[in-house]
Amino acid sequence: MSQKATIQKLIDIYIMGKRYQVPQGLTIQDALEYAGYQLIRGVGCRSGFCGACGTIYRIKGDPQLKYALACQTVVEPDMYLTQIPFFPTEKAIYDIEELDPSGEQVLQLYPVLLTCMGCNSCTKSCPQDLEVMEYVADAIRGNIAGVAEKSFDCVMCGLCSARCPAGLSQPNIALLCRRLYGRHIAPRAEHLAQRVAEVESGKFDDELKALMGMPEDELRRRYGERDIES
Amino acid sequence: MYPPEMQESVDNVIATREQRLKESYPVLSAEEKATLLQGFHPDSIAGGMRELQIGPNKGERTPNELADLLEGNSRIDPDIIDLDMVDYDVDVLVIGGGGGGAAAALLAQENDASVMLVTKLRLGDANTVGAEGGTQAATKPQDSPAIHYLDAMGGGGFTNIPALVDALVHDAPGVIHWLESLGMMWGKEPDGTLLTESGGGTSRKRMHSARDYTGLEAMRVLRDEVRNRGIDVLEFAPVVELVMDEEGQVAGAVIINFETDEMVLVRAKAIILATGGGGRLHYQGFPTTNHYGATADGLVIAYRVGAKLIFMDTMQYHPTGVAYPEQIVGQLVTEKVRGLGAQLVNSDGEQFIFPLETRDAVASSIIRECKERGKGLTTPTGQLGVWLDSPMIDMLRGPGTIARELPAMVRQFQRFGIDMSKEPVLTYPTLHYQNGGILIDDQGRTTIPNLFAAGEVEGGVHGRNRLMGNSTLDIFVFGRRAGKAAAERARETKPGKLTLEHVRQWQRQLKEAGLEERPRSPILIPDYTRHGRIASLSGSFASGLE
Repeated sequence: MSQKATIQKLIDIYIMGKRYQVPQGLTIQDALEYAGYQLIRGVGCRSGFCGACGTIYRIKGDPQLKYALACQTVVEPDMYLTQIPFFPTEKAIYDIEELDPSGEQVLQLYPVLLTCMGCNSCTKSCPQDLEVMEYVADAIRGNIAGVAEKSFDCVMCGLCSARCPAGLSQPNIALLCRRLYGRHIAPRAEHLAQRVAEVESGKFDDELKALMGMPEDELRRRYGERDIES
Repeated sequence: MYPPEMQESVDNVIATREQRLKESYPVLSAEEKATLLQGFHPDSIAGGMRELQIGPNKGERTPNELADLLEGNSRIDPDIIDLDMVDYDVDVLVIGGGGGGAAAALLAQENDASVMLVTKLRLGDANTVGAEGGTQAATKPQDSPAIHYLDAMGGGGFTNIPALVDALVHDAPGVIHWLESLGMMWGKEPDGTLLTESGGGTSRKRMHSARDYTGLEAMRVLRDEVRNRGIDVLEFAPVVELVMDEEGQVAGAVIINFETDEMVLVRAKAIILATGGGGRLHYQGFPTTNHYGATADGLVIAYRVGAKLIFMDTMQYHPTGVAYPEQIVGQLVTEKVRGLGAQLVNSDGEQFIFPLETRDAVASSIIRECKERGKGLTTPTGQLGVWLDSPMIDMLRGPGTIARELPAMVRQFQRFGIDMSKEPVLTYPTLHYQNGGILIDDQGRTTIPNLFAAGEVEGGVHGRNRLMGNSTLDIFVFGRRAGKAAAERARETKPGKLTLEHVRQWQRQLKEAGLEERPRSPILIPDYTRHGRIASLSGSFASGLE
């Protein structure tokens, strides 16, 4: 795209082991495209929300693996990278309504939790910098609110699962806990239930019907005169 | 940290901040707003649009980039597709895997239909996940659906279709409640009261959010629910053409397996389009906040079966796209930042617009400030922008507010060395939303029998300008309505023999109008490769597809 044209100095990167020269300053995703890939896998919102572009990389000479979302990370010279657009993880099937918001329930649906060996690979691999192993520990202890809070920013890219020696599906376990929290633990909004009942009783129907039939100038007048909550 | 050439302007922002914290910029009068829009909104730029030459909206204006595709050539050759070879036979086919599609699929299934959801990329790959700011609904005692109605109509310039706005505001509290019941973690007070904020053009604090991951949180929950309920989902399966029956009803879809190029034929008694918008067409060269898959496919295939479109000459430019750093230019800085109190200021540190005007007005004012008044800042790579003074939020609402309420935004800038709780962020309008779309009624029915639409692909709900928080509402209101209505329709409709005669007719019309040179459409994905390979997909389709 045009705004990228001003970045010109070329650096070497290695896409799945093959060397390409790309302009410095590009994101990994833009670099893949610059190199000629028209992506179908490993690309999505391009803004760091969808988790499609989980990427593992290493810099030549450094044995340490690093983890990133391709759309949010700038290429570095001698970067060896591969994308993990999909990873086979386990997802339990349940009716959220019927579940009990307890640690036993979570363990019953995901008994694999107990095989966590505390290696912390999950935390190290999280491109959102979440404390993944800590929330796994919370899940084992039955602290569902803790899991919900610590996992809230998870984009479900699956890099943690890809690195987990015990085969946990941390994103799905966290999702279960967030839904348990949202459905069964967080206090329900009473004013909301009340408003829904009012809507269903037809309380607002006449007023809405009157507005629907109102001439535009009258609507404009009301709009101009409406008070603003501050 | 900003480079030295930008830091000078940052210092101007800091210098005026204390005084600005006490000031509120006056709201535009109706006349001032009209003049501003006419002078500076991208929709009003001559040459950005042209009239369609064929199809149900012939003679109406739409962006050039979209007109090319609406007038495009079909990707399929009807003569070599065997319509007797049906791969899937369902009651309701949902096309699109975002919030609208997921809601539609769930409701169609609840209403006893056999349902299949097909989507071009993965389930959940949609603009829904990038929706940060919140969802409107009149759930508080000081608010009402009627006030919500008035705000939405005013935001849309009183051009919205009343019956659609009525549906939107009427169902809104129910949508919030539905998602709460499914376990979505709405932001709440300790006693369960929903947290609500203002948005541009709202007269009540009506914006319900889940930090600044609102759409992602809703999508995570609905995707999980679709899987728990065993709905058949086909991913990497874009639709390239709808199939009709001899009664003139929509009755199926031609799909390709995006990875193997195999063709898949689905027969369905009712079809719901929930394919989203077209930001990736980059109208007028604007960057976009949109998902990679936002290429207007749904509009193209609906137009080809004769569905009427509405308001295709109005696009929404989000006022605050990222203008710096370079790598994330065009990405969204949520309106929630302004909802929480941040002001927009020019390179001299002066305010120039009330921050919670409607989006069309705020975007136009930024363009005016930069292009006419020369008070924008130019970045080292030539991007223009104005400052969004984010550190004000913690000053107004207490330290830690930004970290708590805007974790995604903080992370987005932190990755590039900018701390938005201490430094302002540079922004410029970015292509965000398709205000119009396929004309629907209050049940999501299009003008073509058995074809429904929900979410950004449809039009009329928002008139000529959508308010913040009415899109993540629209997808669920009309997704749910369309899902239910399609299931009911599937029970009563009598499908006829499948046909692709409409594709042959379309190709004849193109030829008669001298438009054979138009590109093939839908394009399915944009081409960002260095060499701009136009043959993104063509030539690699299996037999039956050109």
